Parts: sequence; structure tokens; C-alpha cells
Amino acid sequence: MSTHATGGDTAGETLVNGAAARLGSLRRHASRLGGFRADASPRHPIATPAPSSVRTPAAPSQAKIGIRDVGKVFRTRGSDRPFTAVAGVDLDVREGEFLTLVGPSGCGKSTLLDLIAGLTTPTSGEILIDGRAVDGPGLDRGIVFQQYALLPWRTALANIEFGLEAKALPRRERRERARHYLDLVGLAGFEHRYPHELSGGMRQRVAIARSLAFDPDVLLMDEPFAALDAQTRESLQEELLRVWEKTNKTVVFITHGIDEAVYLGQRVAVMTSRPGRIKEIVDVRFDSREGDLRADPVFGEYRHHVWSLLRNEVAASREQERTVD
Amino acid sequence: MTDILAVPATGSARGDAPAPASPATPAQTPAPAPSATPAPVSPAAPENPESPGVLKSPETLETLKTSETSETSRPARLAGLARFGRRVRLGRLARRAPAVVLLAATWEVLPRTGAVDPVFVPPLSEVLRAWYDLLLGGQLLEHFQASLVRSLTGFGLAVVLAVPLGLAIGWYRPVADFLSPVLEIFRNTSAVALLPVFILILGLGEPSKIVFVFYACSWPVLLNTVSGVRAVEPLLVKSARSLGLGPLSLFRKVILPAAVPTIFTGIRLAGASSILVLLFAEMVGAKAGLGYLVQDAQFSFRIPDMYAGIITISALGLLFNLLLLAVERRFSTWRTT
Repeated sequence: MSTHATGGDTAGETLVNGAAARLGSLRRHASRLGGFRADASPRHPIATPAPSSVRTPAAPSQAKIGIRDVGKVFRTRGSDRPFTAVAGVDLDVREGEFLTLVGPSGCGKSTLLDLIAGLTTPTSGEILIDGRAVDGPGLDRGIVFQQYALLPWRTALANIEFGLEAKALPRRERRERARHYLDLVGLAGFEHRYPHELSGGMRQRVAIARSLAFDPDVLLMDEPFAALDAQTRESLQEELLRVWEKTNKTVVFITHGIDEAVYLGQRVAVMTSRPGRIKEIVDVRFDSREGDLRADPVFGEYRHHVWSLLRNEVAASREQERTVD
Repeated sequence: MTDILAVPATGSARGDAPAPASPATPAQTPAPAPSATPAPVSPAAPENPESPGVLKSPETLETLKTSETSETSRPARLAGLARFGRRVRLGRLARRAPAVVLLAATWEVLPRTGAVDPVFVPPLSEVLRAWYDLLLGGQLLEHFQASLVRSLTGFGLAVVLAVPLGLAIGWYRPVADFLSPVLEIFRNTSAVALLPVFILILGLGEPSKIVFVFYACSWPVLLNTVSGVRAVEPLLVKSARSLGLGPLSLFRKVILPAAVPTIFTGIRLAGASSILVLLFAEMVGAKAGLGYLVQDAQFSFRIPDMYAGIITISALGLLFNLLLLAVERRFSTWRTT
């Protein structure tokens, strides 16, 4: 994880003033710059320092994903001490929103995603999709994994169809849809390639297409670009935003890259070290995404803000990893 | 038809085998060798009833027979069918042939120069002649058939029963917990040690031999199937679950295909051991079969016949393995290797 502030002198100077000043500055920016992605659902006022007050009491019924005081405790083998991955997580994800989730390694980001996906059940609290409690995995949510999880014995097209087979679709329509989504991620012409014949970036595109093809409302992405080289990652980030704008999915995107979180997210949820909680949610707005957004001073300020939120947590998590063993 | 052109090329390379021998006894060796050559090629086909084997058998036998293949003896139909696979394999054959040629040459020369007692190790050409005589006499076919039926039946039973059992053990923890101790005991009980038991219970006839082969073949298939199922990438399972697949589709669409390559490794191991253990059974008590042929030939001091039997056994093993490899390749085209 890069920990260098690229925000320029202003960011460096304001660092000493602490988080409150940072937020003030961000708020000014946000109001000055106006709302990027104004088409998205009405958003809350800019993030406030206290994470508990981020979620307004009126919101729950509107939230696409509601995470209510969720905790997950694992029984670890060979140890009587239970392992608390996440505790007291409160988070609302709005319909059509792109939310990124950053946190130090081992803070339970992936656990949280598995919980939303319904692959595991929370030990305490509840997770709601459209107000209904999650009860196992479902096709209203699609997951994209870091390691692609493509079936090596199926071609790109057949892998996308794989996601459609649980839906009762006629064969012909399955194939058509698979082609459509392969096209959408820019892989037309690679229908009959096997995963091992594709590059890492292409494989991830196929995985994304597979998750989009069955048309879930929510796309859950678990560090999907972490295994890719920097250039491929950047182009896939751009492409993901393009696809997101086209499809209006609600996206929860886990990353450990601050740049990535700020670049992609409308909001960046920062998690604490284990047991993971939501430390703060940062609203991210740019007046324009033209050109090299990452070189924009505003971008630098956001990333620096997230960085300072994370810094102590990363240190704490490192300390934890040393002491647990 | 590049293969037709290419086959004589390698054929002549193999034909070098008798060549070093010819100066030693010019009158004897060259004469039987060419005459013996076309013959094993064409009758080899009816020898094996199962059709995929037919494609391979002539070639496999040729390799060992050091024949000069002639297009006339080889049915054009076979050549056409095998054209593609053959062309791929020919390059490899050309690279591998020298070692076989060298072996054949050594076998031929050492007895003739007296370095090895020709009574106990007759020159290859004599062995080939004996082989040809056995073939013409019909004994070879009889023994070959007896062995093939036994090993295929035992092997087939093992695949049919051990694969489903292995899938169950690999997939259902309770089944594994229940069966593991017993399986562990049997796995460490040599099939050879159990042969007397099989004979005692089932008699000297076919059933005891088939059960014996079945027992020996079951282990590699079973163990590989279990580990194939267990080794399925957990992420694939997780991803399939997230796609809403039920346990049955998960098994059919993810677990099974992912395990196929490992299962096939087990099947190929079983194929090899099916022949190995069968020969042992046939040497202990049988009235037909290649193992019996070898044993009987040795007892009656028909040494060339004994070697002819051994060569046939090797050929059968090679053939079986090639066949299984071809099947395996069909099922796992997606593998990166």
C-alpha cells in the first residue's frame, strides 16, 4: 500500500491541523465542486466525523444494503479463543451507489463481503437487502473475486453462461446474453478461449461479465484488481466505472488501495483494524473526471484524508498480527 | 498423406535393428525379419476387438517388431482414421525411436557375439520368429485374448465401482469417516497376499482372477478420485455457491469436472496394474493367458517363446496406456499442460 501523499503542499500543511480541518476542507471542496454523478440517488450531506451519525435514522428503508450492528466470530481450530473478525458494523449502501471499502489487512473486509453475499451468516446483527434479511446466497448479488474463480474447463463464453444456468433461461437466450456481456467488457472475439489462454486482466473481465450477466442488483467485488499489474488495473478501473454507469448496479468494492478507493468510490468506507468496524465514511466528489484525475489536487486531498484515517489502523493491525501468534 | 510417407521413414530407422546383426549371420537374419514384418501389422487388427485399440496396436507392435512397414499391408482405412493423431505422434516417435533401436540392436548382437548365452537370451530375431510362429499357430491370440478379457473386466469393474465410491468418500465427510478405517486396512493389504484367498473362495477359474485384478485396480482409482474431489479449488466452490447452485449442480458442474484429471491419473495407474497383477495370477494357476504362456514356456524350456510372451505383455501394457492417455486427453483438453 502506498502511503505517500500526492496532494501537494496544501495537503501537507493541513495535515497538522487534524481530521476536523481535513473534513472542513473536503466539505468546502465538495460544495464548491458540486455533485459528480448527480444522477445517482440523493445523497447524504457530506461525511461527518462521527461514523455513527453518518447513517441517518430515516435512511434504512431506502438503503439497498443495510448492515445493522453486524458481528462475526469464528471458532478457530486448535484454539479455544474465538476469533472476532468484525464487530458492530453499521453501514448503509444506497441504491445505485459505488461504495468502496478500505481497511488494514485482516480487518474483516472480506468477511463483511461474504456476509453480504450470504456465504456466511453473521453471529450478531443482521444484513438487509431491500429491507429483507439475507438468507443465503442469491442471484440478486454477484461476486467478483480477486482470483477470478473461473472454471478452467469452460471457455470464456461458457463461464459466463455458468452464471445463467441457475436461472431458468432457454439455452439460446443464455448464449445471447453471455455474448452481450462479453462484448460489454470488451472481449468480443474471445468467446472460445479457455481461461488459461487469457491474460489476468481478460480473466477478470470475464469474471465481471459473468457477475453482470445474471443481472444482479448488487455487485460485490473483493479486491478484484489486486492481482493485476498497474496499467491493466487502471484500464479496468475506468472500464468498471463505464459499465457501472451503464448498468446502474449498486457496487460494494473492497480494496486495500487508497488510490483505487478514492478513484472508484462515490463514498469510501474506512474500516478499523480487527475487529473491523466502520471508522468513517468519506464522500468523494469531483467536478470533472476528465484528464488525469489522480493528479488532481482534490484527489490528493481525498486520498490523504483516507490515508490519515487508515494510518493508525494499519499500525494497530500490524501490532495485532505480531501479538496474536 | 504425410503419414504414409513418414511411416516408412521411421520404419526404416527401426529396420536398422537387424542390420548390425546381418554381417554376423547374413543367411539367417535378414530373411525372416522382412517376411515377419507385414504379417503382424494386419492381423494385429482383428486381434483386438475394441476399436480404438486397433488404431494403436499396429504401431505399437511395429515399434517392437522392427518392421519395415509397407503401405500395402496396412489398411488404408486405418491410416486415414489415424492420420491426424499419427502425424503429431510421429515427431515424437522419431525422437524416441533411437533408444528402442539401440535396445533391439543390443539384444540382437550380444547373444550372437557370445557375450550373453544365446540359450538363455536368444537374439531378438529368433524371438521375433518364435513370436510369429505363435501368432500363426493361434496360441498367441488365444493367450492374448484370455489375458485381455480378464484384465479389462477387472479393470472395468474397478472403474465402475471405485469412481462413484471415491466421489462419495471425497464429498461426504460422514461416508469418509465411516469407511476410512476399513479402507485403510485393505489398502495396506497386498493384492498378492489375498490371491490365495480369492482362489480358495472362488476357485481357480476366471472369477478369482477377475476379482484379483478388480481388487488391485480399485485402489489407485479410489484414492485418486477421493483426492481429486477433495482438492477442488475452494474458491470455485464458493463462487458456484454464490451463483446459487444447489448441492447437486455444484457437484455435477464443478466438483466432478474439476476432479476428472486426477481421476484419470488413477485410472491410468489402474490400467498398468491390471496387467501386472493379472500376469502374476496367471502364473500361479491358469490354463491360458500371457502369464501362463511365459511360465509354461519357461518350464518346457521354450526360451524364445518365453521372450515372445514377454514382448507381447509389454506391447499390451503400452497399448493400454496409450489408449487411456487418448481418452484422458479427450476429457481434459482445457488443462494448461
